[in-house]
Amino acid sequence: MRLYSNLSIKQKQIVWAWAFLALPVLFYGIIRFYPTGTAFVISFQEWNLLGDRTWIGWVNYVELLNDPVFWKVFVNTFEYLLIGTPLSLVVSFVIAYHLDKLRFMHGFLRMLYFLPFMTSAVAMAWVWRWFYQDVPIGLFNNLLASVGIPQIAFLNSTTNALPAVLAPAVWAGLGFQVIIFMAGLRAIPQSYYEAAKIDGVGWWTVLTQITIPLLRPTIVFIVVFSSIGFLRIFDHVFNMTTNNPGGPLNSTKPLVLMIYDTAFNGFNMGYAAAQTVVLFLILLLVSLAQLWLLRSD
Amino acid sequence: MTRYLKGMALAGMTSAMALLGSAASAVEIEYWQYFFDARVAAMEQLIEKFEAANPDITVTMTHFPYADYRTKVAAAIPAGEGPDVVQLFYGWLNDYVAAELIQPLPADTFPTAQIDEQFFPMVQAMKEGDQYWALPTAVRSLALFYNERLLDDAGVEPPTNFDELMAAAKAMTKRDGAGNITQVGITAGMTAQDHHWWREGLIRQFGGEPYLDDYQTVNYNTEAGQEALEFYASLFTGDDAVSAIGFMDEPQAAFKAGRAGFHIDGSFRIGSLDKTRGLKWGVTELPATADGVQSNYSSYWVNAITTKAEGEKYDAAVKFMEYVTSDEAMQIWLDVVGELPAKPSVGLTEANANNETYGPFIRGLAYANTTKFANESGQRQLMVEMVERMTLEGMSAAESLAIAAEAEQKILDDYYK
Repeated sequence: MRLYSNLSIKQKQIVWAWAFLALPVLFYGIIRFYPTGTAFVISFQEWNLLGDRTWIGWVNYVELLNDPVFWKVFVNTFEYLLIGTPLSLVVSFVIAYHLDKLRFMHGFLRMLYFLPFMTSAVAMAWVWRWFYQDVPIGLFNNLLASVGIPQIAFLNSTTNALPAVLAPAVWAGLGFQVIIFMAGLRAIPQSYYEAAKIDGVGWWTVLTQITIPLLRPTIVFIVVFSSIGFLRIFDHVFNMTTNNPGGPLNSTKPLVLMIYDTAFNGFNMGYAAAQTVVLFLILLLVSLAQLWLLRSD
Repeated sequence: MTRYLKGMALAGMTSAMALLGSAASAVEIEYWQYFFDARVAAMEQLIEKFEAANPDITVTMTHFPYADYRTKVAAAIPAGEGPDVVQLFYGWLNDYVAAELIQPLPADTFPTAQIDEQFFPMVQAMKEGDQYWALPTAVRSLALFYNERLLDDAGVEPPTNFDELMAAAKAMTKRDGAGNITQVGITAGMTAQDHHWWREGLIRQFGGEPYLDDYQTVNYNTEAGQEALEFYASLFTGDDAVSAIGFMDEPQAAFKAGRAGFHIDGSFRIGSLDKTRGLKWGVTELPATADGVQSNYSSYWVNAITTKAEGEKYDAAVKFMEYVTSDEAMQIWLDVVGELPAKPSVGLTEANANNETYGPFIRGLAYANTTKFANESGQRQLMVEMVERMTLEGMSAAESLAIAAEAEQKILDDYYK
């Protein structure tokens, strides 16, 4: 007790801060960091979940580099990222920009856009899966067939499947991004727009010189957030292709699905852990690169 | 009088002793299986009957979702927790033995020669050296389901061989004006049971032997394998296709919806088809070749005694194993779960073998083979991709087959190294 009373106010504040922080720190340590650390360790071992773990050094990583499926999956993962992120960014900005100017039924429309975000990804994926089926049950193909257009193989195609799976994922994330963009738009002081009006500049100049530059923090947040989401895409793919996860011919398989498959169908925990470490490094590098590219001057 | 009282007291004490004694020798053993409604219900009945016959043994059943099963078993047994008797898929036996999770069945209660003789032959996959490690209560096999209404409409009969199958399927296939298939003659898709039909059925029927060296060497990259694949692909390729991959999303969904004439599936599908309103279905044995060659695939779940069971728990576990592999248990399992008895003495009774629904499956067991998988979903995936390379990328059957054989050999080599 004496020890405590001898402390300065500043030090006492620190002690209290740490007392309150101890719980989350412990929680994070045990629930997050300990398993993460273990995953790194397992990636250098061979383990089938049942027997002993044996050290095998870099074997899992070497196997990964020589695995053609891994490289296919690697490319897919970046396709999800490079199509998904810009697309959802542009679409959500356009929606937010116009929704912001709209007064009539503003709340109702905003709710409509937000609704998919609250829907379970699993339920949504299954509904879209039915939309994409061939005749006689697929919604899209029935429409096409009724006007005499040959049906499109949405999911049963190596080229169409990935965009088809990505579409509902983009749509589902839209609501959240629209809300964030609208908050960002509201945060821009009106005085800039008034000044622009007095100077008589066009809407394009207002958009590119005022709105977008001042939205930079919002854009950074959304880009980083949605990139991580697309790099970790799993539930949409898994549920839309459950019979043939990541198929056809691995054309929709993202890295997380490969990890899941290796670990819980192949029971090859070491190899799965090595893939996890690679995914972690990718996420880290992409996030750091984005933060650096979009850093404020 | 006093003597009488003394006698009473003595008698009372002895009976109290006896009660205490039996309470002290009561053994509690634990049984684990994954959760599936009918299986749990059947096991509850078995436990009840077993406990009635063995009042000094209590069996506690624990079940959890299939997805967690392996992880929990693996974590519990080495820690001295968990089951004394455990259920596992036949394909996992090697892993469980290697990890020392289960122990061999005692030869005095389960004599090897007797089991060889009493059970259907594919159960011998559970034998290593001269001892059995695990035994099934029930087994599964494949058969050809047919939609009675569609057969009647097309005026065809349930087929007995490939030619009849193709002719009947052709008669039941319907297309719309644009040529899109709106009703298939037979369902197709390696994602369902077709990869078993192809491996253990078609390849053998076309004169091949899918694997050698106790399923450690792939042997289907042969003429027979290629013919089997070409026959299978002819179902859904070409202008006269009688099927389409992915038709109505899943083969069994198409059959349930009454949009498929034939559907190959396991005995476990019976329950859900029974519940489908308005579907009139029947079932017959898998079609034979023109020369009458038949072949089928069988799989099963087994029970085994874990390494955790020792002393009196071990003895109780042995008794329980004896009961769950008895004729009585197998009949209960058939009635409740719909899975087939693992012994001909139960399966091939007059009533069971001629049963309209179970009969074709049970008769199929006589010529069934069991694939020893190293990684079932991984090996199935290769079959799926083998077909996809042909349908989506236009690869020839021979080339696609070679790629699949090589990839599967790699899975086997990695596993058995």
